[in-house]
Amino acid sequence: MARSGPPLRLFQNWQAKLAATPMILTALVVFIGCSLWTVVYSFTNSRLLPRLDFVGLSQYERLWSTPRWQVSIENLAIYGICALVLTLAIGFLLAVLLDQKIRFEDGFRTIILFPYALSFIVTGVVWQWILNPDFGLQHIVRSMGFSGFTFDPLNDPNLVILALLAAGIWQGAGLTTVIMLAGLRGIDEDVWKAARVDGIATWKTYIFIILPMMKPVFATCIVLISAGIIKLYDLVVALTRGGPGIASEVPAKYVYDYMFGNQNLGQGFAASTMMLAAVLAIIIPFALFRLGRKRHV
Amino acid sequence: MSKILMRRLRAGAALTLLPAASLAADLEVTHWWTSGGEAAAVQELARIFEEQTDHTWVDGAIAGSGSTARPIMVSRIIGGDPMGATQFNHGRQAQELVEAGLMQDLTEVAEANGWADFINPSSLLEACTLDGRIYCAPINIHSPQWMWTSHAAFEAAGVEPATNWEELKAAAPALREAGILPLAQGMQGWQTSLLLNAMISGIGGADFYLAAYEARDEETLTSDTMRQIWEELAIARELSQGGNLSDWNMATNRLIEGTAAAQVMGDWAQGEFAVAGQSAGTDYGCNIGLGGEPYIATGGDAIYFPVNNNDAVTEAQMALAQVIVSPEAQVAFNAAKGSLPIRGDIDLAEVNECTQQGLETLAAGNTIPSVDMLLSSDTRGQIEDLTAEFFGSSLSAEDAHNRYVQIVMSEM
Repeated sequence: MARSGPPLRLFQNWQAKLAATPMILTALVVFIGCSLWTVVYSFTNSRLLPRLDFVGLSQYERLWSTPRWQVSIENLAIYGICALVLTLAIGFLLAVLLDQKIRFEDGFRTIILFPYALSFIVTGVVWQWILNPDFGLQHIVRSMGFSGFTFDPLNDPNLVILALLAAGIWQGAGLTTVIMLAGLRGIDEDVWKAARVDGIATWKTYIFIILPMMKPVFATCIVLISAGIIKLYDLVVALTRGGPGIASEVPAKYVYDYMFGNQNLGQGFAASTMMLAAVLAIIIPFALFRLGRKRHV
Repeated sequence: MSKILMRRLRAGAALTLLPAASLAADLEVTHWWTSGGEAAAVQELARIFEEQTDHTWVDGAIAGSGSTARPIMVSRIIGGDPMGATQFNHGRQAQELVEAGLMQDLTEVAEANGWADFINPSSLLEACTLDGRIYCAPINIHSPQWMWTSHAAFEAAGVEPATNWEELKAAAPALREAGILPLAQGMQGWQTSLLLNAMISGIGGADFYLAAYEARDEETLTSDTMRQIWEELAIARELSQGGNLSDWNMATNRLIEGTAAAQVMGDWAQGEFAVAGQSAGTDYGCNIGLGGEPYIATGGDAIYFPVNNNDAVTEAQMALAQVIVSPEAQVAFNAAKGSLPIRGDIDLAEVNECTQQGLETLAAGNTIPSVDMLLSSDTRGQIEDLTAEFFGSSLSAEDAHNRYVQIVMSEM
């Protein structure tokens, strides 16, 4: 007997749904499940082992009254804004320069992308040597005759963030450059021809015509750079260990130190929940904006 | 099937029929003893363990300091992949693991061998005890309350080597004049808080130290003496200005080179002097309690044995526990490491002047529990952060003192 009526919607295209099941489960259990678990336990006084002994908001009160957390947030804000703006600016500039149909473009591209192949740990160690006052930059400039030259950011609490920025941008700008270059190559030649016919200067064409056309490329870069900023941890550990004093501490390091080193899971969870909240605060409006725009089209 | 294979199979079958009592096991031992002297000490222990038992020592050294290694160890134990045995410091680092029933009860071994009769000071065994049961085997004693001085540095400045904190302060201008750093201080939190705690026992004395960290008495914490100690810490910050040091052994190296005059560091610094071929008394000096009140904290290391479901491993664990406290292992291990033995009934032949000082202090009973034993990791970590911030900024002694009082008072 033949079945009457259309098949159940749930079973339509069932192969694809089956194939997606593992990833759906991973997303539900690992990402959402574990995040919720962390948020719940951030309201407890768990020490080395998690336990459900609720203490209300006291972990958060302590978190926000801890100078080290305040310094961490401040550092992340400074590093985040500077790294985002500078990486985009440097990346775009380098991409434009590479786009001038220069010789050995392949070679330059490799050189520029190369730092990205190094891990943050290696980057940190490399810059530790470059910035070491007795062997690195300061020593070189002094030996050229400028004996009064002082540049020792690793041991100066006010300048140490510069060291982090230099290393972070050195490592990350290459990828941005290559993505931007791909974006520039994707621009239709006709746009350039039209601009030339109208007699618009090259730099003006870049800024007023090409730049707005590259919005999706910028969005990709911003997402990649932002993710790197939020999870900033290994570079700090390798380059400064949070020092001198607590001058270069970052939130992710606070989370790690409290969860494992200081055996205070509750405090670490509270800090990581704050990090999650910060990420959501950026992503949700962005997602709503995208969603809203799609409906209107 | 070949004959050889058959023979092997039969041999294998015979092995499984042997009584469980003589099963040999591979015992993985994790620790963070990775510097030169430490690694030599571990080798001694492994050698004695393999000589005296049928079991095999599988070395699980984790590079980096304890703060790198401990999270790895803890997550392995919690995650259900326990090692055979693991190092922790005496005290409360493993307390929650013990409470959660993740550590082997060693009480039977301890009673059969009479640990309580010879382990000295007895606080070592107490630190291993929870509700009357024993959960770890103490292996050595380390004390952090030492001020090391470089004789070459003082000579270059034309002053007598300082034998206490006041003399160092007095010699500082002359040292600076000669281009010598008066105090080599690593800027990591554990080192700056080590200096603070050494001052608390060295300037305040044992009763003051206990009132501050054991009783957590508010009057003591806010007293003039404590305020004075924070003032001294501010002076130490000045004396260490320009050092730009982070790792402790780099700081010790400045003393060996004679470019820095003094360092407050634990007795493990002696290992660095020894490797550099310097000898106590002639090349470097040592002053317990910064030359003030001569108390040493009997911290150090203990071996814990995580619970597992393999009888052979459990047996190997008990065997190792016995070996660790045996006189033979105590002498071999501690002589190589430069630490003090945990037994009161053996003496290390031909120890140098500084170790002798330590042994005498121990024999006189001038011991205090280590900060690890008195405070939770959480509170200790906050004190570390505070002192690190203090040394890396121009935070006033008064503000730092107030925050310090709050941190210690909030200990649960």
